[in-house]
Amino acid sequence: MDGTDRVFERLVRDHQDRIYALGFALTGNRHDAEDVAQDTFIRAYKALVTYSPDRIRDLKQKAWLHRIAVNVVRNRVRGVRPRLVELNGSEPDLATGPEEDVLRKAEIDELAARVACLPTKYREAVVLRHVQDLSYAEVAETLGQPVGTVKANVHRGLKILRGENHGDRDD
Amino acid sequence: MATVMTDLRRLGDVKAPEGFAERVLAEAGITDSYALFGTVLGPVYVAWNRRGVSAAMRAPSAQDFETWFSDNVGRLLVRVDPPADLAAKIADQLAGKRRLRFDLRGLTPFSQAVLEKTLQIPRGQVRPYGWVAREIGHPAAVRAVGTALAHNPIPYFIPCHRVIRTDGVIGNYGGGGPEAKKSILTLEGVELPRLQRLAQSGLRYEGVKSTKIFCFPTCYHGRHVKPANFVYFHDEDEARGAGYRPCKDCRPAVA
Repeated sequence: MDGTDRVFERLVRDHQDRIYALGFALTGNRHDAEDVAQDTFIRAYKALVTYSPDRIRDLKQKAWLHRIAVNVVRNRVRGVRPRLVELNGSEPDLATGPEEDVLRKAEIDELAARVACLPTKYREAVVLRHVQDLSYAEVAETLGQPVGTVKANVHRGLKILRGENHGDRDD
Repeated sequence: MATVMTDLRRLGDVKAPEGFAERVLAEAGITDSYALFGTVLGPVYVAWNRRGVSAAMRAPSAQDFETWFSDNVGRLLVRVDPPADLAAKIADQLAGKRRLRFDLRGLTPFSQAVLEKTLQIPRGQVRPYGWVAREIGHPAAVRAVGTALAHNPIPYFIPCHRVIRTDGVIGNYGGGGPEAKKSILTLEGVELPRLQRLAQSGLRYEGVKSTKIFCFPTCYHGRHVKPANFVYFHDEDEARGAGYRPCKDCRPAVA
């Protein structure tokens, strides 16, 4: 196996949960999450094979993958708000791992669906800061926005999630 | 307040579904799938990925095939049920149609050129090693052609058995020894005894009196010619001296 393929295999195994969770929080359902995560890694692979060994070594993998994933989601849903997922039965995918019980899973799915309904700029900021646990500086770099903007967007996004301040959805 | 943030953090603990990494690696063309296929040659292990068939082998067991693959190709390998469409393509390919694509990544450009050229030799015909060397633009690299063919990762499908020595000796064969090479060629309709008789007399080309064209003895243009209308030559100069030109299909010499 050549070097790039080895790097890529490691990359997928190390970051698959993180990128899947990111896709889940940004799209609001598990099916799209898998599509997003898969597209993200495939785009990463196509880029990786064109990179020099030095560039691959110096790559900040986490930040790089986050940036790709955010772009994948933006390109998928350009102009389209994610639909609200019906909670009673339209998502029959209730297969669960042994440690994750059905109720908890339903709760998490519901939360993801709510997050996915935030306006894009709040959603990206909230998800990167609080779901992915990046610092404000990292979020700002990933999104290419000033730190102040990110802080404001995270704040407004959280407000909406808490059910406060309905008048603020003015994008 | 804090509860929304705690909940969001739990969202970040969601795990990718079972088999996700394997699907991504397969999609990127890094892992290969393999299965055992029943063919006219008997059971053959075949590995493939998105780019095409990457390896084939008549191995005693799946374990032997996996070990061989990991030593020679080195990618991850996952066993799956044989897909019906691939089984049909494999049967067609062995019957002489060209329906498979091949993944030759990892081989040197020279080996790839040798194998791609070998792929053009039609079923029922054979060519000398020197022909492959000349056709790919390295006329002196006859031995290197032999080495590349000996390490053909996809025997049977890329027909390295159709490349033989000019002295008529059936050389060694990675796909199961000289006997296997003979039986596959016979199965494909090559008249080996005739070919070996000619080779042992040093006769490499056959000319057709009416057309004044000379070919390799297995060329398809000679299939309906009466034996009395053949004339045989030791080499190119002799054929040209007699007023014959090389066949444009089997290309025994540069036209």
